[in-house]
Amino acid sequence: MDYHIFREFADSWFLIFLFVFFLGIVVWVFRPGARKTYEDTSDIPFRHEDKPASSSVPGENRDRGE
Amino acid sequence: MWDYIKLIALGLVAVIAAIAAGNARDLAYQVNAVEILLAAAIAFIWVLRTMGTRQPAPQNEYFDGVVRAGVIATTFWGVVGFLVAVIIAFQLAYPALNFEWAQGYLNFGKLRPLHTSAVIFAFGGNALIASSFYVVQRTSAARLWGGGLSWFVFWGWQLVIVLAATGYILGATQSKEYAEPEWVADWLITIVWVSYLLVFMGTIFKRKEPHIYVANWFYLSFIVTIAMLHLVNNLAVPVSMFGSKSVQVFSGVQDAMTQWWYGHNAVGFFLTAGFLGMMYYFVPKQAERPVYSYKLSIVHFWALIFLYIWAGPHHLHYTALPDWAGTLGMVFSIILWMPSWGGMINGLMTLSGAWDKLRTDPIIRMMVVSVGFYGMSTFEGPMMSIKAVNSLSHYTDWTIGHVHSGALGWNGMITFGTLYFLVPRLWARQGLYSLKLVSWHFWLATIGIVLYASSMWVAGIMQGLMWREVDSQGFLVNAFADTVAAMHPMFVVRGLGGVLYLAGGIIMAYNLWMTVARQPRVETRSVAAVPAE
Repeated sequence: MDYHIFREFADSWFLIFLFVFFLGIVVWVFRPGARKTYEDTSDIPFRHEDKPASSSVPGENRDRGE
Repeated sequence: MWDYIKLIALGLVAVIAAIAAGNARDLAYQVNAVEILLAAAIAFIWVLRTMGTRQPAPQNEYFDGVVRAGVIATTFWGVVGFLVAVIIAFQLAYPALNFEWAQGYLNFGKLRPLHTSAVIFAFGGNALIASSFYVVQRTSAARLWGGGLSWFVFWGWQLVIVLAATGYILGATQSKEYAEPEWVADWLITIVWVSYLLVFMGTIFKRKEPHIYVANWFYLSFIVTIAMLHLVNNLAVPVSMFGSKSVQVFSGVQDAMTQWWYGHNAVGFFLTAGFLGMMYYFVPKQAERPVYSYKLSIVHFWALIFLYIWAGPHHLHYTALPDWAGTLGMVFSIILWMPSWGGMINGLMTLSGAWDKLRTDPIIRMMVVSVGFYGMSTFEGPMMSIKAVNSLSHYTDWTIGHVHSGALGWNGMITFGTLYFLVPRLWARQGLYSLKLVSWHFWLATIGIVLYASSMWVAGIMQGLMWREVDSQGFLVNAFADTVAAMHPMFVVRGLGGVLYLAGGIIMAYNLWMTVARQPRVETRSVAAVPAE
C-alpha cells in the first residue's frame, strides 16, 4: 500500500469513522440513566483510600465508610 | 529460580556494558556504558544479597514504597531542574557566565537541554509515574500489579535520566528538541516504558471497581501515546554499536514533521493528559467532593485525545512544510480550545460549594491556580498557532514565556499540590509540618511565574516587532544583536522570577523533609484498616 492509498483512506473513511465514534461517545454519555452510574463512578476516589478491596467479585463489598 | 534468571540477565548486561566501555568510540558513550555497568552491578549485588530473604508482598495492602521513592525523586529533580533553569537564565542575561574554562561543557547550549529534560522528564516524569501508581491503586482498589516490576520502572527511569544528562554534557544528542537522548538511552526508555505500561494495565485489569475512573483513562492515554511517539520519533540507526552517534531514518521536512508531531504531543500527552490524570484525582480529594461533572470529564478525555494528535504542524508555519499541513495543525489547535476549557471548568467547578477552602487551604489554592494557568496557557497556545500571530511570535521569547506559563503554572503547581497531598499520607504523618511555608511557596512561585511570563511577553513581542521593522527604503532596521541588547532588562527580570520559583521549590523540599522527620505518626491507621464486615 503506498502513501496515496493510505492518505485517501485516512481523509475519507477513517475520518468519518473517528468523527462518528466521537459523536457516539457524546450520545452514549448522555444516555438515559447515565447520571446514576456516573455519580457512583465519580465517587471512586473516596473509597478504598487505605487498603485494597478484599472481595474478588468486582463491585461487591465496597467500603462505603471512610 | 526467578532470581537466578535475574542474576544471569544482570550479569550479562554488566559484561556487555564493560565490553562496550572498553571499545567506546566517544567519551559520552564510554561514560554511559560505565553508568550502565555500575547500575547492573549494584542491582546484581542487591538481588544476590536479598535472595531467599525477601517476603512475598501482602495482597491486602497498597504498594506505596515505590510511590514514596517517586515523591523523593520528584522533589529532588525538581529542585535540580529549577537550579539549572536559574543558571541558564542568567547565562542569557550575562553571557560572561558562560565561563571560558567550562566551554563545551557548561555553556548555555549544553545546559539548556539538561534543564528541559530535567524539569519535563525527571521532575514531571517522576511525578507522573509516582502519582499514577498511587492513583491507579486507590481507584482500582487493588495492589499494584507485577511485584517488583514497578521498582524496575522507578530505577530504570532514574538511570535514563542520568544517562541522558551525562550524554548531553559530553555531546551525545540527536538534536531533536525534547528527544535529545541518543539511541543507548532511547532503547532503555523503551524497555522501562513498556514495563510501566504493563504495571499500569495489569493493575487496571485486576481492579475491584467495575468502572475505570477517569484519571486512569488520562494516565493510560499518556503512557500509550508516549510509547508510540517515542518509537516513531527515534527511528534511528546507530553508526556503530560502540558509539553514541546514530542517523535518523527520516530526513528533511518529513523528519521535521515527525519531530513536531512528537514534540507537540509530548506537550499534549506528557504535560497535559498525564497531569490531567493528577487533576481528576487530587483536586476532588483535596476539595473533598467528587468531580463537578463526570460526563464532561468523559467528553473532555475523548475530545482531547482525538484533537491533540493533529496540532503538531503549527510548530512549522512558514517553513518547507506544505501550507495545507500547517493550516490543518492551526485549525485543530483552535478547536482544542473547547476540550481544554471544558477540562479547566470541570476542575475549577469541582470547588463549587467549597470555595471557602481557598482562604484556609493553601494546597487547594495551589491546585486552583494550576488549573487557572492550564486555562490561560491553553488559550494562549491556540492563539499563537494562528498563522498571522505566529508570524510575529515564532522564534521569539514569547514562545518561551508561553511554555513556562504552562510548565511552571500548570505542571509545576499541580505537582506541588500533589506532593503536599501525598507526603503526609504516604509516611502516615499527621498533616504537613507547616501550612505557613506552603503559603510562602505558593506566593513565591506565583509571583515568580508572573515575572517570568510578563517579561517574556514584552521581550518576545518587542523582538518580533524589531525583526520585521523596515525603513522607507525597505531595509531591515535592526540587526539581530540589537534585539538581544534590547532584551537585556527582560532577561534579568525573567532570571529573578526563576530565583523566586526556585526558592519556593527549596522551601517545599524543606517542608516535606520536616513533615517526615518531625510530624507525629498517625497511630489509628491499623485500627481503621480492620474490615467492616
